[in-house]
Amino acid sequence: MSADQASIASVTERVHPVAIGAPVTSLHFLGDRAAFVCGEENVALVDRQGEIAKVAVHGGGILSAASDGERIVMGGDDGKVVALDAKGEVATLATDPKRRWIDNVALHADGTIAWSAGKTAFIRSPKGEEKSLEVPSTVGGLAFAPKGLRLAIAHYGGATLWFPNMAATPEFLAWAGSHLAVTFSPDNKFLVTAMHEPALHGWRLADNRHMRMTGYPARVKSMSWSADGKLLATSGADTVIVWPFAGKDGPMGKGPAMLAPLQARVAAVACHPRDGVLAAGYSDGTILMVRLEDGAEILVRRNGTPAVSALAWNANGTWLAFADEEGNGGLLEL
Amino acid sequence: MLSSLGQSEVFASMSETTSEKIPVTVLTGYLGAGKTTLLNRILSENHGKKYAVIVNEFGEIGIDNDLIIGADEEVFEMNNGCICCTVRGDLVRIMGGLMKRRGKFDAIIVETTGLADPAPVAQTFFVDEDVQSNARLDAVVTVADAKWLSDRLKDAPEAKNQIAFADVIVLNKTDLVTKPELAEVEARIRGINPYAKLHRTERCKVALSDVLERGAFDLDRILDLEPDFLEADDHDHDHDHHHHDGHDHHHHHHDHDHGLKHYHDEEMQSLSLRTDKPLDPTVFMPWLQKLVQLEGQKILRSKGILSFKGDDDRYVFQGVHMMLEGDHQQKWKEGEKRESRLVFIGRELPEKAIREGFEACIAS
Repeated sequence: MSADQASIASVTERVHPVAIGAPVTSLHFLGDRAAFVCGEENVALVDRQGEIAKVAVHGGGILSAASDGERIVMGGDDGKVVALDAKGEVATLATDPKRRWIDNVALHADGTIAWSAGKTAFIRSPKGEEKSLEVPSTVGGLAFAPKGLRLAIAHYGGATLWFPNMAATPEFLAWAGSHLAVTFSPDNKFLVTAMHEPALHGWRLADNRHMRMTGYPARVKSMSWSADGKLLATSGADTVIVWPFAGKDGPMGKGPAMLAPLQARVAAVACHPRDGVLAAGYSDGTILMVRLEDGAEILVRRNGTPAVSALAWNANGTWLAFADEEGNGGLLEL
Repeated sequence: MLSSLGQSEVFASMSETTSEKIPVTVLTGYLGAGKTTLLNRILSENHGKKYAVIVNEFGEIGIDNDLIIGADEEVFEMNNGCICCTVRGDLVRIMGGLMKRRGKFDAIIVETTGLADPAPVAQTFFVDEDVQSNARLDAVVTVADAKWLSDRLKDAPEAKNQIAFADVIVLNKTDLVTKPELAEVEARIRGINPYAKLHRTERCKVALSDVLERGAFDLDRILDLEPDFLEADDHDHDHDHHHHDGHDHHHHHHDHDHGLKHYHDEEMQSLSLRTDKPLDPTVFMPWLQKLVQLEGQKILRSKGILSFKGDDDRYVFQGVHMMLEGDHQQKWKEGEKRESRLVFIGRELPEKAIREGFEACIAS
């Protein structure tokens, strides 16, 4: 492994290490700073000089986080939905009356937020108008559609598509099994869920045709759309599995590209926001930048380090931030 | 590991390490048996440990130092073609959240509702990759009501499941029954599950070490498979009772006080197999796997200590429905009787077929 890694192009020397000191579960950029969301209580805001400012956001575990680049919305096991902005200011947006865990959050481009506690999904418009919908079982994941105000709610037995501003009955997309994370393709044509078993499930929204994406050795926990929206990169195997979503049929009848094979499992993926490149983090600590077109690799971090837990690019793709399960982070300027 | 024996996916997916995993105790029992009393007792005792407690309803419990989490008891079928392979979806979610707070608690207790089947709870700890890598099932503890259990075993299949599934049975409210009644209910329990450790209690007064850290699913601790015979301590001579009537009913009671009754539950039984002849692993392993695949719905629990031909190590296994895990364990001691023992607890077990199948596994 290390012999292999020595032979490929490397930028490991250019990484600024950042000691977060607590396990990091997700990463986002807020303005100029990288926001390392910890497993509990804090977010560490790190500027380009590596200066760390810790901000307390929850009184317990941080269960979910979503960001639009301007703020991060988080849900906690303290029953609160909080927002953290680029200045480092924290606002409590909602408190569950029964102090239930806030398992999922989602953020719409117009400022609407969504969260879930148990079987109930909630949305709140920027004006403060709140609505809720109960689905048949615990919500596994939430995602806003790229167009209109439409919320996908993943749960056991399928996904529910809800137009909160319409009186119509929410649409139910059935597929046996437990559906967790959910994402819309950027062109709004497909909905994809990561299932409890190691598989993805997709629906073509025009006709609700099913797409089964199977063969993973482990559950898919990280999904990222390429900048052009035509590819979906995923974790869960010992290569980055990239499904083709160009064309009206998406991946139906096609196989995925399998990039950057290692003898370790891909734990996190993040596509570059502008170019055809992705960053992939592995269970053995390796981080690679991979060109989607031909799979060419650049080494960002060596193996033999703790498993990578989160990756993020800033909005214009000039910085890559990463973190691992033991609270070590890094920043790389490109 | 099992690779040399050519195991199926089901085998391979089970874990073999228990180190550093958070122990999980599953607390079951029919409505009103005293689960909450036991839970309160565990939490309020001065043990210096912190528990994360997953409860179904927020009841009377509320101990400052512990994390209390409400659950929804959602039973999900797995999409793996195995119909009895169900998991608690809410538990998967809760365990994921709890793992973000590792270090904040030492152990987890899952309390189920009175009507719950313990199998999906137990299976969650074997099927789910993330849960399995972070936590280990320690034991299923069933609280039973000495006064009403006999009735419930007749009319509530859930109560029977909970007894059959148990590693530890806390037979509670023994102060509310007479000695013959107690003997009766114990015999009924033993008719279903002779292997669980049974503790007779009033107000769930039981030593914590009897219900926690049992390692009941730990292969290294499957050392013997003898039935948990009733100790003689309670068979004291009770001179005060049963005398006032002065009728000959007394003799009747007297008999029951001292002899252990043998009940055979028509529906749920345990089946014990043994042989002192070595088994052929190339026949035994496929047979066992086929058996649990075909009859896994009926088999609630299984355990075994096996002596294979030409192998100086014991092989141990345990299973829940269709799921099995097994491993080589310590060497047979010098002079120790190399006897293979298997135990199945289940519903309408095809006894004859199982016995014949097992016989065929004896190495020639």
